[in-house]
Amino acid sequence: MPGLPLPLGEGTRVRFMYHQVEIVKEPVQTEPNVFDDMVINVGPQHPATHGVLHLVITLNGETIKKVEPHLGYIHRSIEKMCESLSFRQFIYVTSKMDYLSSHINNHGCCLCVEQGLQIEVPQKAQVIRVLMDELTRIASHVLWWGAMAMDVGALTPFFLSFREREMINDIMEESCGTRLTMNYMVPGGVMADVHPNFVRRVNEFISHFKSKIDEYDELVTNNVIFQNRTKGVGVLSKEDAISFGVTGPSARGSGVSCDIRKLYPYEIYQQLNFEEVIETAGDSFARYVVRLKELRQSMHIIEQLINNIPEGDFQAKTKAVLKLPKGEFYSRVETARGEFGVYIVSEGGTTPYRIKFRSPGFSNLSVLDHIARGAKIGDLVAMMGTLDLVIPDIDR
Amino acid sequence: MFLIDYIKDVAGGVKSLLTGMRITGGYALRHHKEKLTQQYPDNRDTLVLPERFRGEVIMPHDENNEHACTGCTACELACPNGTIKIITKFDVDEATGKKKKAIDTFIYHLELCTMCNLCIEACPTNAIKMGQGFEHSVYDRSKLIKTLNEPGSKIREGVE
Repeated sequence: MPGLPLPLGEGTRVRFMYHQVEIVKEPVQTEPNVFDDMVINVGPQHPATHGVLHLVITLNGETIKKVEPHLGYIHRSIEKMCESLSFRQFIYVTSKMDYLSSHINNHGCCLCVEQGLQIEVPQKAQVIRVLMDELTRIASHVLWWGAMAMDVGALTPFFLSFREREMINDIMEESCGTRLTMNYMVPGGVMADVHPNFVRRVNEFISHFKSKIDEYDELVTNNVIFQNRTKGVGVLSKEDAISFGVTGPSARGSGVSCDIRKLYPYEIYQQLNFEEVIETAGDSFARYVVRLKELRQSMHIIEQLINNIPEGDFQAKTKAVLKLPKGEFYSRVETARGEFGVYIVSEGGTTPYRIKFRSPGFSNLSVLDHIARGAKIGDLVAMMGTLDLVIPDIDR
Repeated sequence: MFLIDYIKDVAGGVKSLLTGMRITGGYALRHHKEKLTQQYPDNRDTLVLPERFRGEVIMPHDENNEHACTGCTACELACPNGTIKIITKFDVDEATGKKKKAIDTFIYHLELCTMCNLCIEACPTNAIKMGQGFEHSVYDRSKLIKTLNEPGSKIREGVE
């Protein structure tokens, strides 16, 4: 809380309730020192920001004094739009938020509507949903891996990652009809049964990816240049990660146990055997390692389910017009970037009274200023890359 | 001891670089026959899209120029963007003299459509479906406003 007049020295840590730690930083200079400081703009159109992210960076020489993200370039007022859409219609908008984990966003919205309507989702639909979620997670992490390596100067990984992502996109295209913004999950289940080729192609993909994922380690993880560029860069402590609200792989790299799939299991995650990946170093390399280990965990989850898709309905019987009872509903899912929460206030009508999305990217971006202060400008891309920012998710 | 660690570091670094180069070089030498890209405009004749591919909304007509749309406007209500507009009329049955609702024009705004498939899900008679066409570039936006029912078409017998 920078606005509060706290009678404390610089860099003092104040302990609050729930064991959260608030960082009181040195006061932000509003007027840059014209003789020493240089203010540069990274973005809104910049190849390293992967979207219309605008960072105003105050530099002293090569040392970063302050990073100010300017948002709003891709703001589409999705929350307000949802207020005029019905409970079936608003789900498709959320695939445009975090477009790399669109299935999981849709999943969170469906869970919230189902919670309000007390719909029991058939077992087959649950299995399909989890399979799609994990495939999306792999696709997202794989794309991140290529983009991250390209940010720090390696070009080959980008092509290798797109080879794997293309296979997942083809699988999605066959079952869902689209490659990026699938509107496949509906309240009560999924829109259609999986394609007959689905099981075969996912098995093919898993066996292909298993043989190729070691290449990822050989090519990038063990590379001495990559390690020197990421180890010890952008260190985020466990306390800071909690107090800034960082979730997902970025927080798990700092030793925070925050996997929603483990803490608040939804669908069939409780019956599945997988590990929550936690690294404790907190630097960019730890966040990188968490994501690569999560790829293996996601593959492990898919392997448990893909040959055991149960028989039955893929969609529960629902009314043509959904009306949520009066009240407030909240549900959360673990996207590829962290915790995604959907909060619906219903007045009992066909449209929501208010919708709030808790998107992981916004909180993860807020920590960038904290970890970048005092670092060199060349390291900024390594920090930004491992936070895995998706800009439409931040702006909504 | 310092010197030995230093030399080990250098040797390990060089080894990691060579490992990476071996993979890159291996792909450069071995994989020249396997094409991962598609030669898109040239392979147009052989291009096969998945059957569920969402390209555009179409209304299939059979050989008698008949469709299955009753004009119930379920798709119009299901659409989140106002993509579909149905203008209905009343047909008079010649035998019984009763009025019957039927579609006059099924207007589809392709420029507003996000291919969410909700209209197809909502349709009770399977009158519309997602088509395979995806080359939608035109020079004038008004060309994207399409009328899906063909001129002179009427509803198929037996579809209620």
